[in-house]
Amino acid sequence: MFESMIIKTKKMAEVKFSEEAYNKIQELITRYPEGKQKSALIPALHIAQAESGGWMDVPVLDHVAEILNLNPIEVYEVATFYTMFNLKPVGKYVLEVCQTGPCMVCGSDKIINHIKQKLNIEVGETSADGLFTLKPSECLGACGYAPMMMLGKNYKEHLTVEKVDELIEELRNQA
Amino acid sequence: MGETLLLLKHRNVTGIRKYDVYREHDGYKAVEKAFNMTTDEILEEVKSSGLRGRGGAGFPTGLKWSFIAKPEGVPRHLVVNADESEPGTFKDRFLMEHIPHLLIEGIIISSYCLGSNVSYIYIRGEYGWIIDILEEAISEAKANGWLGKNIKNSGFDLEIYVHPGAGAYICGEETALLESIEGKRGNPRIKPPFPAVKGLWQRPTVVNNVESIASVGPIINMGGAEYAKIGVGRSTGTKLISACGNINKPGVYEIDMTQTVEEFIYSDDFCGGIANGKRLKACIPGGSSVPMLPANLLLRTAKGEPRYMNYESLSDGGFQTGSMLGSGGFIVLDEDQDIVYHTYTISRFYRHESCGQCSPCREGTHWLEKILKRMSEGHGKMSDIDLLWRVQGNIEGNTICPLGDAAAWPVASVIRHFRDEFEWRVLNGEAALNMRYGLAHYADPIESNKEAE
Repeated sequence: MFESMIIKTKKMAEVKFSEEAYNKIQELITRYPEGKQKSALIPALHIAQAESGGWMDVPVLDHVAEILNLNPIEVYEVATFYTMFNLKPVGKYVLEVCQTGPCMVCGSDKIINHIKQKLNIEVGETSADGLFTLKPSECLGACGYAPMMMLGKNYKEHLTVEKVDELIEELRNQA
Repeated sequence: MGETLLLLKHRNVTGIRKYDVYREHDGYKAVEKAFNMTTDEILEEVKSSGLRGRGGAGFPTGLKWSFIAKPEGVPRHLVVNADESEPGTFKDRFLMEHIPHLLIEGIIISSYCLGSNVSYIYIRGEYGWIIDILEEAISEAKANGWLGKNIKNSGFDLEIYVHPGAGAYICGEETALLESIEGKRGNPRIKPPFPAVKGLWQRPTVVNNVESIASVGPIINMGGAEYAKIGVGRSTGTKLISACGNINKPGVYEIDMTQTVEEFIYSDDFCGGIANGKRLKACIPGGSSVPMLPANLLLRTAKGEPRYMNYESLSDGGFQTGSMLGSGGFIVLDEDQDIVYHTYTISRFYRHESCGQCSPCREGTHWLEKILKRMSEGHGKMSDIDLLWRVQGNIEGNTICPLGDAAAWPVASVIRHFRDEFEWRVLNGEAALNMRYGLAHYADPIESNKEAE
């Protein structure tokens, strides 16, 4: 089961995070009682993902297990459960467009279809230039500002087709 | 009558997110007052306030606190549930984003009352920028002596940590949330034991919603009895309503729960009416898990009385003709909305969010989604309607946690109230994709309600 869900592309020995990331994970561990370092797993995976180009393969997960002194399976269990952890390659920018009821009644389908056409990709795919992945998501808690998408750490709200065009242009120039 | 501002009183004050400004506006006065009270006195104030859990279930907060076990030598914890993920709900986000110190203040008082020296805010991982806001507020509070050892010479120690989730609705369920903080999959636990006895790391734990905890400061400031004078009946205090969908003024409103639903939707103080001059078709008044009501039953109860924006009135008539206040996620649908397709998106949500632990939910949510997808694409059969009814009935009440019920109720309610639209969809096949069913009789007063089964 896990073979199909998690990819292995490099050896664990090649995985290395920044000094800052290791320090942050060590600080996280101190937030929980002695011996409960497993509690730092989800926050640590967020850091690991950011350190690994937005997605994690087996060696990255194994490395996290090593840092937190856990069995690798404990890390796989969690990484495969939570939607925010990407276990397959993603583009530089992941466009996570909310598609649940409140966004849908405000036109999220139109936004998703527009992105599909503009980038010539299907849902879940990455554009040929490797810049954009379209990842439809379920309710992100921005129902009053619909339609919307999550981009990295921020929300882009009150979307229109024109705003999406501008955003994609802006990101292309940044890349 | 407009909003009653208690939690959001200072929302328009420039810089209220910062400690200095918050403090100038009577911030942290409730903590000062609480440190001169005994923990029993604080508990009494919260009890007498009548505050009910603002996450959706509406369980009395003071009563929940009174259940916490106090075994000798075992640490206790307060965990704030900021996993806000119920479709239609974005009130906690508004509070944390704009007035984070109100939450910190509530956490200090609540932790003091419960005897928690390390408290956690479990926030959904997607609220990335709010995590930064909270971390900043916590460090400001700490720098000003409101956190750490022997706070303001009270003898009380407290640290607050923000713990992010990673995209799982189920972690809003309190035991799944605790599993998640322990670094596991968000599988809800079987109760009992309740978290108040064995919670986080098997220690006594109270889990409360952001809005509930943020209400504690105002309750201490004004006193429980005064707080209880706001509102009506057992719906005391103020409630944040996050209004969204096809309305002119989506946003977060603080109400004293005495408004009629009609006023809430049409008054310029609140939703400002239906957008684009259209008519009201239906509404989910308390987050996607609660039953959807057609306009007629939303505005008036089956007895023909006006319906109000509070716990009791919204649930008047039970699930046959009523709904719930729930989390306060108020989703409005106009006459052009397609009930079948809308229900499909809601069922897709629950299928996506089911943790997979209980078969009725894991399998049932898949079937609900599949059948509704088929129907909304114009390939439904007439027998699908009864099939949906049966599947939802097999989920409800048969799962460890309420996610199963939450997936079943919306489907049951649309078949109960919008069966003719489902039939119309089946009869018209793919042709219905380019048609709108419109309002039908949903805007007319209903004389008697026909149960689907």
